[in-house]
Amino acid sequence: MSPSTSRRNGRWLGRALSRRRRHPMAAVAVLLVVLFACGSAYATLSPSSAPASTTTAAQTTQIEEGRQLFAIGCASCHGLNGEGQVREDGTVLGPSLVGVGAASVDFQVGTGRMPMAAPGAQAERKQPAYNEEQIAALAAYVDSFAPGPDIPDESMVNVDAEGVDVARGGVLFRTNCAQCHSATGQGGALTYGQHAPNLTGVEPKHIYEAMITGPQAMPVFNDELLGPEEKRDIIAYLKNVEDQPDPGGLGIGRAGPVSEGLWAWLVGIGGLIAFAAWVVTRSAAAKSGSWRSSS
Amino acid sequence: MTTTTTPPETAREAPPETRASDNAVVKGAGRVVDFVDQRITASNWLKRNIRKVFPDHWSFLLGEIALFSLILIILSGVFLTLWFKPSMAHITYEGAYIPLRGVGLSEAYASTLELSFEVRGGLLMRQVHHWATLVFIAAMSAHMLRIFFTGAFRKPRELNWLVGLSLLVLGITNGFTGYSLPDDLLSGTGLRIIEGGMLAIPVVGTYLSFFIFGGEYPGDDIISRLYPIHILLVPGLILALVALHLMLLWYQKHTQYPGAGKSDRNVVGYPFFPVYVAKAGGFQFIVWGFIFLMAATIQINPVWFWGPYDPSQVTAGTQPDWYVGFLDGALRVMPAWGIDILGHELALSVLIPAVILPGLILTPLALYPWIEQKVTGDTREHHVLDRPRNMPVRTGLGVGFIVFYILLWIAGGNDFFATILEIPVNWISRFLQFSIILGPPLAFWVTKRICLGLQRRDREKVLHGRESGIIVVSPDGEFSERHQPLEHGDAYALTAHDRIEPIEPGPATDASGVPNPAYKKERRRARLSRFYFGDVIQKPTREEMEQAHHNGHGELESGAHEEHPGDQVTTR
Repeated sequence: MSPSTSRRNGRWLGRALSRRRRHPMAAVAVLLVVLFACGSAYATLSPSSAPASTTTAAQTTQIEEGRQLFAIGCASCHGLNGEGQVREDGTVLGPSLVGVGAASVDFQVGTGRMPMAAPGAQAERKQPAYNEEQIAALAAYVDSFAPGPDIPDESMVNVDAEGVDVARGGVLFRTNCAQCHSATGQGGALTYGQHAPNLTGVEPKHIYEAMITGPQAMPVFNDELLGPEEKRDIIAYLKNVEDQPDPGGLGIGRAGPVSEGLWAWLVGIGGLIAFAAWVVTRSAAAKSGSWRSSS
Repeated sequence: MTTTTTPPETAREAPPETRASDNAVVKGAGRVVDFVDQRITASNWLKRNIRKVFPDHWSFLLGEIALFSLILIILSGVFLTLWFKPSMAHITYEGAYIPLRGVGLSEAYASTLELSFEVRGGLLMRQVHHWATLVFIAAMSAHMLRIFFTGAFRKPRELNWLVGLSLLVLGITNGFTGYSLPDDLLSGTGLRIIEGGMLAIPVVGTYLSFFIFGGEYPGDDIISRLYPIHILLVPGLILALVALHLMLLWYQKHTQYPGAGKSDRNVVGYPFFPVYVAKAGGFQFIVWGFIFLMAATIQINPVWFWGPYDPSQVTAGTQPDWYVGFLDGALRVMPAWGIDILGHELALSVLIPAVILPGLILTPLALYPWIEQKVTGDTREHHVLDRPRNMPVRTGLGVGFIVFYILLWIAGGNDFFATILEIPVNWISRFLQFSIILGPPLAFWVTKRICLGLQRRDREKVLHGRESGIIVVSPDGEFSERHQPLEHGDAYALTAHDRIEPIEPGPATDASGVPNPAYKKERRRARLSRFYFGDVIQKPTREEMEQAHHNGHGELESGAHEEHPGDQVTTR
């Protein structure tokens, strides 16, 4: 009984499908099934769902894990061994990562700049795509290519430590950084769509890493140029500015005269003209209602 | 206005007061006034001036906004001088603002910090002074645009136009010197740009720069030199010119918009006392209150963030205050042109925007009343204002200039807009380089077309009245809409302006073939005249009016009634 019934059942299913193959919704149904299959496959295979390594993972395990993550998420542009890739026309698809160091990876991946959402003038800061452990693994792997700047210790970016000089940080910031990032760290425009980002709310560690690695349009400020303490002072200054209230009222972006001018025209003169129009209606003529019909 | 009339006002009101009260002092004062009046008969003069008539319109208050904010600037400025130290002496900061403690800076900057953080009410006064300045110059600019678009600069007010323009230039100058005084990073950078402009002047530039800065930039002198200019010289000139401006206004009387009962020989409005004493006095407190409110709630020029000036430093987003922004913008979009003359670089990229451009803007602006007089050949006095649409070319020129100015403004903040809009700053600059050339003519053309359209509508309204929305079917089946004729006063306001026909040049040769020596000049003038008035839509003639009223599609019964201008006063 069983073989015949199953054959009959199969025939029934095949008949049902073939009868509906020209149904208007058939294509949609097939598309949904395929999409669902692809999505499930991606979810199972994608790096974010890869099993996290145990906390006792040795250095080599971490590097190996980083290598795997790198091969999936980074190698398409930077090459399988981080050697970088150049397009046929000579433009750089992804620069070589040999010698950029762990700090660079921690900055680029930790602030969400890498992996890039789309090629553009500059990688944008966004929600990081990897968790902290994965970032550490990637950093360990890239650092294994060749020595480079290390991720700073907690103590190097502790702005509340003994001997931190906010005023000196301010002088250093205005001398070295303000021409692009502005005196209050609001950022500014650079050439051809590049820009110095706003530094408000950036983690101290990432500011430090940016200084030692010089990401994108930014120059490198190595320890010869700005010592570790001086870097810490700069970070302390930025955090101080960030935490300062605006004693004069609304900060209007702390961006200086452009926003002040906009306020002076839109709010200042705009408001006063509104009052002027009101004052004109407060007259004897307005009460008697015989005037202004002709103006 | 209020300040000048307060004393006579009390003097005039004294005698009735004595009757009302038995106060010996008031009685005595009344007797003194009466004694003086019987001998010099000042009361007629006073009466005439106190009852001076002014017309009423919101746009006539723009100048008042400027005047009242100027008073506020002077008062808050006096407060600031009590603490500000105009010195570039280097000191180590030991004041209340911790993020700058131990930093070497100038006394000027330190005293500005002291004003901001240690002097009671100092920050408020700084902000009042700065906001009032931004409002003052904005109000002057808006006032000037009003004068331009309504033709209030025409005879006899050309002189006052010049006085006003000088006030605007002086205001901008003083604003800039004030911006430079605190010796913060922005003010120093601003001065550096001014120095660059000086250096671009051929031959004398270097000497001029050394003369003004007392040596190599920045030197130790510039702040102590700008200070007397900022608090004494320019304010003195401004006050003198404001007095002249108001005296001329008083003497020449105020202009008025066209309307029922208004002509070039009268002024329709309300007497200065009591109506405008109350209104202008009240408005003064509104302006002051408004500016104080802004100063108390919106932070302006937080110099402690910018840091002290150091020639080795500069900050992104360095911009001048809005009224200098157009010059900065011109510098930013100017292509990098330069000419090498016998080994000397002529920096056209700086010379043109920083030195030549202001002259190119100011000269036609100053001469405009005479330019227009030349074109129209009109030397009569005008006291009734033009409606901007009735002078399409003038209005177009004005709007073209506004567009030019605004584009330069945007150029001055190109980095700001690049950041906000996330567009490459190079694209913005390139776009502006083209639109600064192409935008104004386009704006001129569009504005002129709009004006002509509005003129056509006015003509239509005068001839056929307003559409009533009532559709009538005649026995023949013809559909027509009834029109409601305009009230007489409204029709008068729409037709109060002159018909101006373009001038035709005389014949090139007279009847006997002798060439006209002035022909070329006449032809040139005729061309200009045709540019101004060639396609103006003329208001209807009397014949056209009568024709229209006879042929009218069944006009509604005229609801028009004579305008009785209530309790207004007409004088001349």
